Amino acid sequence: MALVEIRNLTKIYHREAQEVLVFQDLDLDINEGEFLSLMGPSGSGKSSLLHLLAGLDRPTKGTVAVGGAQISAMSQRELSDWRASKVGFIFQFYNLLPVLTAAQNVELPLMLTPLSAKDRRDRARFALEVVGLGDRTDHFPRQLSGGQEQRVAIARAVVSDPALILADEPTGDLDAKSADEVLTLLQRLNSEMGKTIVMVTHDAHAAERAHAVMHLDKGVLTR
Amino acid sequence: MKFFLLVWANLRRNKRRTFLTVASVGLALFLFGALRSVITTLEDAAAVGSESRVVVRNAISIIFPVPMKYLSQLEAQPGVKSVSWQNWFGGVYIDERNFFPQFAISAERYLGMYPELSLPPDQKQAFLAERTACIIGPKLVKKFGWKLGQTVSLRGTIYPGEWNFTIRGIYSVSDPSFGEDIFYFHYEYLDEATNRQAVPGTYVLELSDPGQAAAISSRIDAAFINSEAATKTETERAFQAGFISMWGNIGFLLSVIGTAVFFAILLVAANTMMMAARERTREMAVLKSVGFRDELLFGLIMSEAALLSLLGGAGGILGAKALFELTRFDGGGMLPGFELKWATVAVGIGISLGLGLISGIVPAVQAARLPVIEALRKLV
Repeated sequence: MALVEIRNLTKIYHREAQEVLVFQDLDLDINEGEFLSLMGPSGSGKSSLLHLLAGLDRPTKGTVAVGGAQISAMSQRELSDWRASKVGFIFQFYNLLPVLTAAQNVELPLMLTPLSAKDRRDRARFALEVVGLGDRTDHFPRQLSGGQEQRVAIARAVVSDPALILADEPTGDLDAKSADEVLTLLQRLNSEMGKTIVMVTHDAHAAERAHAVMHLDKGVLTR
Repeated sequence: MKFFLLVWANLRRNKRRTFLTVASVGLALFLFGALRSVITTLEDAAAVGSESRVVVRNAISIIFPVPMKYLSQLEAQPGVKSVSWQNWFGGVYIDERNFFPQFAISAERYLGMYPELSLPPDQKQAFLAERTACIIGPKLVKKFGWKLGQTVSLRGTIYPGEWNFTIRGIYSVSDPSFGEDIFYFHYEYLDEATNRQAVPGTYVLELSDPGQAAAISSRIDAAFINSEAATKTETERAFQAGFISMWGNIGFLLSVIGTAVFFAILLVAANTMMMAARERTREMAVLKSVGFRDELLFGLIMSEAALLSLLGGAGGILGAKALFELTRFDGGGMLPGFELKWATVAVGIGISLGLGLISGIVPAVQAARLPVIEALRKLV
């Protein structure tokens, strides 16, 4: 069953007076529980597609539905609420808040829920345990290695138990060992917790860890 | 409340910058508290006079005397219960820096007319019985360590020579604005020692009916209009207000200074918030990507700005209040009853809050309107 349904998706950016067509009439289904890698050259629109899936950007034309919800038709406020519970985003450069501890960073999406402070703390701690950082809850990002920071970011992405995880070059800033740990973790999230994952990557070895690899080039998506 | 963690963590992000901004706002509010308290103290001083007493002074200026021979005519005015008189002495105790007001008074009449000023009965009796006796306020006791029975020498300036007084009483006042650092002695001593050359500076008339103050004042001034010294008669409260106005339009001056300081600090606080928000652009994009709404980010930035300003403002104005109370500040005797009132504290905290909100509005709007996708493109 498709968790993500993209139909006739067209995205055009306006740069000064120029129109830049990123892709046109794109169709894509991503099944529930799928781990999909998205590859392609720089500027091919991989990240743009990810942003559209996350509801961070709006299509010029066409529809994006996730879990039956037409996110391309949602208001800004509805999109914020939807993102808080339905999707987790992992960035290349982790993007943890340096002033918060690992646990506090993970707790951020839960602040938008009616959970009590204790429940939030417990869930954040559990998420950190899942990513193998149960002993680093009170560490600040500057006290963690790059691989550990990315694992905290993954914990932040899954803490609100979203069905869809979007990862934009999650290993792009990591050494081989840390990258391997992160990819293993993503595989576990997919296989053990049933998360649907879409991962943008330039790394063919990383892409191989997914169930399927798709290429986006000049607006055309191929398997 | 759960978002306080974020606000507080962000304030601690750059501790030096936060400290400097808090200190700037604190200093500004300290200054505001001090300036505002000067104004309120002067207003209180102007209001301390009674409406049931009128002051008769020389119409030309307060520095010119009113002849002694006017006394009988003043006493004869209908509606006048009693009359006392006083004279500014202007002596120096050891050094000019030891300034405090000294008045030669018609002692028995004066004390009878001023219930605000009280003396233990034995001290009052001792004072009235001795021509060279004086009574002093509690602040002079504290300042100079004077004791009852001690002889104090003043160097006369208006009335030259060494003047010796014996302290026979320490008065207390029901209202600090009345002045707790005044030195009173007998007008008779002054008159006798100057070979009857002393002339009252002002007369104070106690009225049977305060409602008649205006009519009695007009009648007195009309009676003396063609005399050797025309008079100006007004209620004691109006007299005090007029006396204070000799300081010039100090309220306006202090307000101008206060406003200038406010805008200077507003720029400092606004700059801090702009910098703080600008360097967190990518974090705001991340917060939006995890579901933080635009209005929530707006609120967080506004809360941060308000808290930053409130910390400084509350610290500054409460610090000023504590300092002035601990040191019993009175402007070297020029501002008796000086007090930083709680109302001023409340106004100061309100100003801090306003300052914080104004300084936060631009970065808060920018954060709310941040195009998340463009900010993310720069960071992913």
